[in-house]
Amino acid sequence: MSEQPLFKVTIDNITIEVPAGTTILNAARKIGGEVAPPAMCYYSKLEGSGGKCRTCLVEVSKGSEKDPRPMPKLVASCRTTVMDGMEVKNITSEKVIDARNGVVEFLLINHPLDCPVCDQAGECHLQDLSYNHGKESTRFEFQKRTFKKHDLGPYIQLHMTRCILCYRCVFTADQLTGKREHGVLDRGDHAEIATFIEKSLDNEFIGNVIDVCPVGALTDKTFRFKNRVWFLKPMDAHRDCPTCSGKVTLWNRGDEVYRVTARKDQWGEVEDWICNTCRFEKKNTGDWVIEGPRLIDRHSVIAQGHYAGSIGMHQPKETFEAVHNGRKPKLLMDIHSVSNVNRPEITLSKLDRPAHSTDFKPNQD
Amino acid sequence: MQALTKRRKEVSREPMTFMERIYIPSILKGMGITFSHLFKKQPTIQYPEQKREFSPVFRGLHVLNRDEEGRERCTACGLCAVACPAEAITMEAAERMEGEENKYREEKYAAKYEINMLRCIFCGLCEEACPKDAIYLSETFAPANFNRKGFVYGKEDLLIPDPTTEPEAYAKAKGQPRANN
Repeated sequence: MSEQPLFKVTIDNITIEVPAGTTILNAARKIGGEVAPPAMCYYSKLEGSGGKCRTCLVEVSKGSEKDPRPMPKLVASCRTTVMDGMEVKNITSEKVIDARNGVVEFLLINHPLDCPVCDQAGECHLQDLSYNHGKESTRFEFQKRTFKKHDLGPYIQLHMTRCILCYRCVFTADQLTGKREHGVLDRGDHAEIATFIEKSLDNEFIGNVIDVCPVGALTDKTFRFKNRVWFLKPMDAHRDCPTCSGKVTLWNRGDEVYRVTARKDQWGEVEDWICNTCRFEKKNTGDWVIEGPRLIDRHSVIAQGHYAGSIGMHQPKETFEAVHNGRKPKLLMDIHSVSNVNRPEITLSKLDRPAHSTDFKPNQD
Repeated sequence: MQALTKRRKEVSREPMTFMERIYIPSILKGMGITFSHLFKKQPTIQYPEQKREFSPVFRGLHVLNRDEEGRERCTACGLCAVACPAEAITMEAAERMEGEENKYREEKYAAKYEINMLRCIFCGLCEEACPKDAIYLSETFAPANFNRKGFVYGKEDLLIPDPTTEPEAYAKAKGQPRANN
């Protein structure tokens, strides 16, 4: 660290010193906030990721102190390293905003926009990106691409139509499993993520491709259609796991564990990889030591339920007895006597597949 | 203090004149106004027999819509529930199985869908939030009831009749399109 020279770089008029070899994106992330360009394919924990999606394009208005010429074209900030005295424009440049709008339009060309059905909605990076940069309507008048369905085993659901080909899952499978089982087939418009010869992936860490996917292309089959993420309560929890760190986020409804994911930092990247046992098989609250509600950015739709963060720490108190001098209510209606939602005898979280009409049958009358 | 409007009238503290003290002219004036209303058009209607037409923006009881082939439009995306300021809507989603394609429009559907009409404030935000045109506020009141249990409306209460099997009931539930819009 100490022998590496520090480079001074100015991003959106904010100057920061970073070691040589840092990319513009990482320098901007050190400043944080709006200055950091969005990234759909770059993932700091995956070697070789980045350079695919072009959403992190920035304008370099001054190359360096020695060669102050601006770079002729917008550059991908995740793949360009900083130079001493470099000046970068991200949100202050109209060219960048315009290019990013174009990139989003391209990403959405083949995207099915089935957010109402998609389990990723609410925590989808493409959704956030298109809310910030997208157009209201599409100019694409042709058939969207479709694919033959691939079965990625009992835990992972692949929706190839939603994929933006960021290659994150390919790198994850490559770097975490050591054995390449999962790759991109075909070229151009036909390119798709697939396992060769449709064989299921049985590596202990393969579930991480779900967390890594910026869109809803790879989702958790054990959580599929169970609930929307913004109705669930995110809780930090850990367990003593022999294969992984065991530090996870639980997504609860009441005391039922609906989903287990890795903890994600402010850039949407996982803090620790977790194993399949933790992710798919430990769906009992008793399996976990709960640390408390997870902090969620208050601008996220997930924060709307007030389960997360410091508000989630405080359980609302029963007000009736306090107001009525300790008298208990004379009439109490048990909501389960009226409502058919969330029946105590149906535990959706215990199903390892999406709920079907047969799961609701016994009390339909 | 400055007056807010120019219509302010000072209260007169002067003693009443003789004409004011006998009251009869004022009473007759008031009666005149009352009797003149006998010959004006009546604004009231005899409610259960006569019904007034709803305003085109009236927001009444909810309806879960079907498409023209009779499939349920709702995909249980939860946007109505998240938009609801009264937190009246709850649902549980399920995956469509093979053989159910004629019942549900998309691969995911609402297996359970409930609106608590005691909580609902009929603001219409659910209708506005729905990306699938599945929920509408109709031109009906929520009927009164003696106990609370009747106010949790499930899917069987909310779903519009199937246009393929019960076209008459569907047309009735859908209502007539207005001539003026």
